[in-house]
Amino acid sequence: MKQKLLDIADLYIELPKGADRQYAIQKVNLELKQGETLCVVGESGSGKSLTARAIMGLLPQPHVRVSNGEIIFNNEDITKVSYERLRDLRGSEISMIFQEPMTALNPVMSIGAQIDEIFRYHVDMSKAERQKRAIELLDDVNLPNPEQIMRAYPHELSGGQRQRAMIAMALALKPQILIADEPTTALDVTTQAQILKLMKDMQKAYNTGVLFITHDFGVVADIADRVMVMQHGIVVESGPVKQVLNNPKHPYTKALISAVPSLSPRKAKTISKEKVLEVQNVCKTFGGGRGLFGFGRPSRQVEALKNVTLDLYNGETLGVVGESGSGKSTLARCIIRLMDTDSGAITIEGTQINTLKRKAMRAWRNKIQMVFQDPFASLNPRIKVGDIIAQGPITQGIPREEAIKRARELISIVGLDDKSFDRYPHEFSGGQRQRIGIARSLALKPEILIADEPVSALDVSIQSQILDLLDDIREQMKLSMIFITHDLRVAAQVCDRMAVMQYGEVVEIGKTKDIFAKPQHPYTIDLLSAVPGKDWKTNPTRKKTTSKAKSKS
Amino acid sequence: MRDFWNRYKRNRSAVFGLVVILLVILMAATADWLYAFDPFRLAGKPLSSPGTNGFLLGSDSLGRDVAAGIVHGAKTSLLIGLVATLVAVFIGILFGALAGYYGGQIDNILMRVTEIFQTIPSFIFAILLVAILKPSIYSVVIAISVVSWPGVARLVRGEFLSLKNREFVQACHTLGMSDLRIMLREILPNCLSPIIVIGSLMIATAILIESGLSFLGLGDPNIMSWGFQIGAGRTMLRSAWWVCTFPGVAILITVLAINLVGEGLNDALNPRLRERN
Repeated sequence: MKQKLLDIADLYIELPKGADRQYAIQKVNLELKQGETLCVVGESGSGKSLTARAIMGLLPQPHVRVSNGEIIFNNEDITKVSYERLRDLRGSEISMIFQEPMTALNPVMSIGAQIDEIFRYHVDMSKAERQKRAIELLDDVNLPNPEQIMRAYPHELSGGQRQRAMIAMALALKPQILIADEPTTALDVTTQAQILKLMKDMQKAYNTGVLFITHDFGVVADIADRVMVMQHGIVVESGPVKQVLNNPKHPYTKALISAVPSLSPRKAKTISKEKVLEVQNVCKTFGGGRGLFGFGRPSRQVEALKNVTLDLYNGETLGVVGESGSGKSTLARCIIRLMDTDSGAITIEGTQINTLKRKAMRAWRNKIQMVFQDPFASLNPRIKVGDIIAQGPITQGIPREEAIKRARELISIVGLDDKSFDRYPHEFSGGQRQRIGIARSLALKPEILIADEPVSALDVSIQSQILDLLDDIREQMKLSMIFITHDLRVAAQVCDRMAVMQYGEVVEIGKTKDIFAKPQHPYTIDLLSAVPGKDWKTNPTRKKTTSKAKSKS
Repeated sequence: MRDFWNRYKRNRSAVFGLVVILLVILMAATADWLYAFDPFRLAGKPLSSPGTNGFLLGSDSLGRDVAAGIVHGAKTSLLIGLVATLVAVFIGILFGALAGYYGGQIDNILMRVTEIFQTIPSFIFAILLVAILKPSIYSVVIAISVVSWPGVARLVRGEFLSLKNREFVQACHTLGMSDLRIMLREILPNCLSPIIVIGSLMIATAILIESGLSFLGLGDPNIMSWGFQIGAGRTMLRSAWWVCTFPGVAILITVLAINLVGEGLNDALNPRLRERN
């Protein structure tokens, strides 16, 4: 019989007056046993992170507080214990891993010193002992050269190494409960797979109860024993992982799961033979600059693009897939001339555009447009939505009335309310802002659309709406699209062909179906095998939401 | 706008500062009516103490009315503070925007020029400029602007540096917008809040520099100002305390009030910053 570690009963967390709802979480009940992984799943604003913080006693008091219910940990109600007792518990009995390891680690302290702190505050050990134990820990989480890592500062490690160091710190005192708040969201898929495996191994070794907070059903499928789904602060469904994932009961869970893109590629369109864009041997190097009078050593050089060659055919969607630092965004920015290339040729309709002067390039701007990643940074907060959309045509010399008329049309095409025209961007949600961004890029009636991770900042249910919208528009306006993404699930659903990039090189290019069925390059094989939840089949026959209908969320 | 006022009035001392400044402005505006004569006029018995011989705040060694000087001096101080700040903010935005937006060598050159101005002690530099240009209200304004723009330039440069890489600016590039338009219409409105805040604080500094210059006799000799009054009375500080004290208090209150308003603007324009504390 496994011991019950944590028992939360009827927990309510109250938000300050003037918030969009009275309670952040309502009537939350949960249990965690030894050696068990409980996944809390939900979209942003569902209250999953606050639940975790309440267990650690880390609510931003006094504005946000537990107003009802209890959190029982080993016969002790955490909501009522003294601050000193809470501090004893934190780190030693209950510990936490955060999403962003760079901000969770102190940048001015070496990793060794930060691990040492935990021992100094919680247990009585000699300095040599503490040192020895810290090295053991780093070794346990498979960090190479633990002695060297001890002396390293956070910025000297890679994202994955930092998260390993965080895990080492969290497990330093063999806590009974480990709370992980989206610990792999900021990491690349291959790193994510390694970290998830490490967490699983460590859990087995220490028999820890893990409370894992995530928005990614793929991750849930890989690691959870039990799942709890939250929406607007309420637990809508909970149960064993197989039951919830394969046979969801609550409509919200059903909607969430059906919004997860399937890994089996969709049917590819017949691709026309006509090339609309050619990229040949494009190279781009960053760095190497010197100071004012050319003194000093040139800064470190990074080859962001190495001899990249690819073609875009009329009417197709070409996916560019890769992890962070693979050069995929640089490629997009070179094609649309936000950056200059060092060498090579980018050709549209027989004209080489990457060497055109800025003035001459202006005439080509309406052929090729871009949708950006971050819906919050990509709209100017001081300009009204209508003007944001009409700006492009006006800049290109189209009369103001006509541009405004086109903007109104586009607002309805992307599924927004007509009143949106006179509002400012901050009045819209992430998904709606992304629609505005898409409308802006379409205002010039482009032939080629570059979408740079257009859905990676969005919740999964909104993500599917935006993908459907892009799909509709592509058909309607006969666009050819370059779709940049790190998410292979999204790529499978959107792209006709795919180019896989690593360290600035295209390592594999071909039909999406062929790549998923028979990846050739070892890196592609790695990427595909690292996709979380790949063994779990999502329902492939998902209903397509009509893009115009839903734009509320 | 109402929203802005609601946030502003949450800071009580800022509201107090605003009231004081409005009073000072009112005083300056009605100067010709309150004391409808030249403040340099010899109005009566020299060195009368406050309340005697018809002098509200006493008279100085030449029999000039201290109260009339303060009321007329308010006009000078506010005017010079405002104009000098506007000029400085304009130069600062110009340098900062170009340096931040274009980066590279342009940034390098503009920032080295800025540093030359920053490394010279500002008050001594202002004295030097006024001495070279001959004391007049114009040379005082020029001197104050020249010594106070580098701070604005640094601030604006920083804002431009961070904003120019935002995606909404990149989107404007992809639409083929011109650099000038991007700078003026897209980036500048987004860094107005810190500029307004630093500008309001600069008015206070400008008033102080102006007073300092007049105190040293480098102000415009034909225009009454608070600094001039203090300078005129400094030799008699022990025998006729009122000659220096009242103009000094006027400077103190005005500068303090402007600083309070500046802080209030900061809270109201950057609400996020405040919630974090």
